[in-house]
Amino acid sequence: MSDLPISRRRLLQTASAAGVLGASSLGLINPARAAGLTIGLIYVGPRDDYGWNQAHAVAAKALKLVPGVKVVEEENVPETVAVTKTMESMIELDGAGLIFATSFGYYSPYMVDAAKKYPKVQFRHAAPLWSSKDPTNAGSYFGYLDQAHYIDGVAAGLSTKSNKLGFVAAKPISSVLSNINSFLLGARKVNPKATVQVIFTGDWSLPVREAEATNALIDAGADVITCHVDSPKVVIQTAESRGAKTCGHNASQAPLAPKGFITGAEYKWETIYKNYADTLAKGGTLPNMMAGGYDLDFVQNTPYGAGATPEAIKAADAAKAEIKAKKAYYVGELKDNKGNVVIPAGTSYAPYAPWIDSINFLVEGVQGSTT
Amino acid sequence: MTVINPMSSEAGTTLSPVRVFFDQVRTASEYVIIPLLALAVTCILFSGLLLILGQSPVDFFELLWRGGFGTPFSWQNTLTRSSPLILTALCVAIPAQLGLVIIGGEGALVLGGFMAAITALPFLGWAPPAVVLSVMAIAGVTTGAVWIGVVGALRYYRGINETISSLLMFYIAIAIMNFFVEGAFKDLANPNKPSTKSIGDANMIGKIPGMDVHWGFVVGIAVAVILWVLMNRTTFGFAARITGGNIRAAKAQGLPVGLLMISACAIAGGCAGLAGFFEVAAIQGKANASLAAGYGFTGILVAFLARQNALAAVPFAILLGGIAAAGGLIQRRMGLPDATVNVLTGLMFVVLLVSETLYGRIPLFKPRES
Amino acid sequence: MAVTELGWTGVPLAMFAGAIRVSTPFLFVSLGECLTEKSGRVNLGLEGTLVFGAMSAYAIAYLTGSPWLGVLVAGIAGSCFGAIHGFISKLPKVNDVALGIALMMFGTGSAFFLGKSFIQPQAPHLPSIDFGFWTSIPQLKVALQINPLFFVGLAIAIAMSWMFRTTRIGLIVRMTGDSSATALAMGYSVDRVRLLATTVGGFLAGVGGSFLSLYYPGAWNEGLSSGQGLMAVALVIFARWSPMMCFWAALLFGAAGAIGPALQSIGISQGYHFFNAAPYILTLVIMIVSISPKRSLRGAPGELSITR
Repeated sequence: MSDLPISRRRLLQTASAAGVLGASSLGLINPARAAGLTIGLIYVGPRDDYGWNQAHAVAAKALKLVPGVKVVEEENVPETVAVTKTMESMIELDGAGLIFATSFGYYSPYMVDAAKKYPKVQFRHAAPLWSSKDPTNAGSYFGYLDQAHYIDGVAAGLSTKSNKLGFVAAKPISSVLSNINSFLLGARKVNPKATVQVIFTGDWSLPVREAEATNALIDAGADVITCHVDSPKVVIQTAESRGAKTCGHNASQAPLAPKGFITGAEYKWETIYKNYADTLAKGGTLPNMMAGGYDLDFVQNTPYGAGATPEAIKAADAAKAEIKAKKAYYVGELKDNKGNVVIPAGTSYAPYAPWIDSINFLVEGVQGSTT
Repeated sequence: MTVINPMSSEAGTTLSPVRVFFDQVRTASEYVIIPLLALAVTCILFSGLLLILGQSPVDFFELLWRGGFGTPFSWQNTLTRSSPLILTALCVAIPAQLGLVIIGGEGALVLGGFMAAITALPFLGWAPPAVVLSVMAIAGVTTGAVWIGVVGALRYYRGINETISSLLMFYIAIAIMNFFVEGAFKDLANPNKPSTKSIGDANMIGKIPGMDVHWGFVVGIAVAVILWVLMNRTTFGFAARITGGNIRAAKAQGLPVGLLMISACAIAGGCAGLAGFFEVAAIQGKANASLAAGYGFTGILVAFLARQNALAAVPFAILLGGIAAAGGLIQRRMGLPDATVNVLTGLMFVVLLVSETLYGRIPLFKPRES
Repeated sequence: MAVTELGWTGVPLAMFAGAIRVSTPFLFVSLGECLTEKSGRVNLGLEGTLVFGAMSAYAIAYLTGSPWLGVLVAGIAGSCFGAIHGFISKLPKVNDVALGIALMMFGTGSAFFLGKSFIQPQAPHLPSIDFGFWTSIPQLKVALQINPLFFVGLAIAIAMSWMFRTTRIGLIVRMTGDSSATALAMGYSVDRVRLLATTVGGFLAGVGGSFLSLYYPGAWNEGLSSGQGLMAVALVIFARWSPMMCFWAALLFGAAGAIGPALQSIGISQGYHFFNAAPYILTLVIMIVSISPKRSLRGAPGELSITR
């Protein structure tokens, strides 16, 4: 009898493997039933990059705790046909019934096409791109980080002495531009003299150029630095060594800057992934769109560091309460930094307004160009 | 001095045609058996590495096989990934026959794809797909040809090393593409991924019937065959290889060395530009930063593995495509980092290079002396 | 912190600062490649050596707490890669350029493989020497905080050019690179000279990598090098195989790299992609202007496969 458990286990393994294969080829996997569900997670960079990808990988661990769910992960998948093939491979070879694609560029055409090709598989993508015209087995989830950058700006506006804030950014795309704008609007709320100088590095991970950009901003007089790049470690570290204050991005960088850290804009992906996990455990259906900011606990600010002054903390906490109440901070009349009126007087855009998703300008007070 | 040609003397003797045939098979088999031996040694070395890490080599190679070649799906995955690699490998292999080491094919691919995408714009909406695609293909190939052709011209007229200039021009190509894609040609429909306007589904190149692989794969093989014929069966190829063997001798014989260099580079760039065209016309539908996905650099690897032979580039492109395809499965099933397959590829390349030293040294493969 | 705004004058200062901050890895790798190529071999794999050096230095500094031990280990790891290259390329029919590309792949692959768990921890940094004590301009003060490795690199450049010019060892290396037949006739083992030159070259490239991870930008991640090792190898051709020219080329490259961020910091950001590509554009333009077909190969070792 002693060898029976082993052989039985082996038997079960073989059986389940065959079952997955058979089910996938027939398209029988029901995403609504968690038991036996395989979830595929796709990352654009290394899972431990101390930034965007790591934030997802850490939060997605919640999915692994759901009984009967198996999670498979693949990292460094470029936004090319490679992601199509990765999704298909997860479906065909691993029997995945739910795919999380965590990078912007995965959505169109790759994920949309895959959703059409595999109507029985569910797809979710980490950017607010899904619309009702897209396949119903696809969907989006997203946190509005610009709200947390707005809080950063409020705290930074009262922590600066030179009134010059520096922003190291990867590319002039909408999500980056709206973070820069929110940072400035936050700072201007409490300090009308504040300006933001932005430097674009041109790509998501260029450590040497990020360090150079940080130095250049400080040399030009900025005394608070923040950033929107994949892995903010270099920016925060360089600024700290130059004696500048810092605001973080993506995840907590507080330990990197014991002297100058003010606060940071962080996603709270775990809220979303836990929500998904609970839904799956109950056998429910995943919503097509799940996007939110402070009010839904999808974003947060890093606990204040030594760089935050008492009045900055007070003002930032007050601003948080306003954001949670969905108070608009894109309020007319607002001009861009070329002098065009982008919001006429009397108009305002509350958090989550679709208008914010397609921002392609920098507001007045930001020095920098979008091209 | 009398030179005895062994070939003619052999033909003159009474060897039976059957025996001559088997002799030829035996000598030719050297080029199959030695690489296979090298692959086996790579597997043994890599297994040792896996055992040190506490992983099972059996699982690893089983997954490598299944993910790359073991199922019909895997084959299509592999072939899709290998299509751009055939063309970018040709971008390295053709100039290499003249002794030129071009490592910036990625730049020609990126600009070729970009130019293909923007040349299509005035034709969208009214011209039939065949016209749009032809215009795009011409634009892509021409741009690539000019881009690497310039590298060849700089080498010939200014004496600038082609390795360094093609690398520098790769960085410049990326800057040019990003400048226009984020600026003048930005399509506001993609606020978070700056791209040119999409050419539309109707204009996209379809898949090979019955397969999930686009036509770029077939075209890549066709181009490889044509270029193999060009380099091995024509006067152009003969002159090019003489230039590659000894440039002074080529000049002394009155060969148009400059023309040969520039045209070989232009052909090479055309291949990379064609790869860029397929990225746009068969996969993305538009040009954006994803064009620079590293195909040009993997192509260098393929070309060197294929010993700069245009035909051999095809199987090696498929091999590397298969490894890339299986890489994902290995990550998912074994929890190994993505760099694992890079270590394997690097190791395989090193061992294959070491195996080159065996050619002509094993008596079994030597032609019989008469 | 009282920072005076420098405006346009900040750009040359930033270029000066950038030259000193960014040049060191380029300098070490190009010196290593210069030595290798002078002996008649090309090692394109120094990009892999640089990345592996950066990873191993960071890992050792983190585990032991000593950044200088990290530098040493990076050098030793680099010399192992160099020795592998030197040993394999001496086999008949093995192409050294191809082998370099293979080792580049193997080096970066292994560094990424082994380096996963060191991305997050913080390793101690290398110290810098303060040469800015005399000035009150904060920008200049910071620019003059210089890492000792910069001076070590300069010293090696000077020593190497002296070695090539006047010493017996330098003569042997040059002779091996120019004509293996002559070296053989003089009774030197061409393979051994090249093996040693490639090994030492690998050591230097490994040390160059340690500067990246332990000083500037001072972190380990997979995007750290982004092709710097490959570019440094190319700079050797640009510097026409002269160690002192390698030094100036590295400085120029570093300075040009600072143009983009410096111009953006004073508000000039239209076309930032081209400012960021300045080092590459500048190098290409200088080559087109300064090299003529007759002079291009002056100083080139005669046995080098890429210049024949």
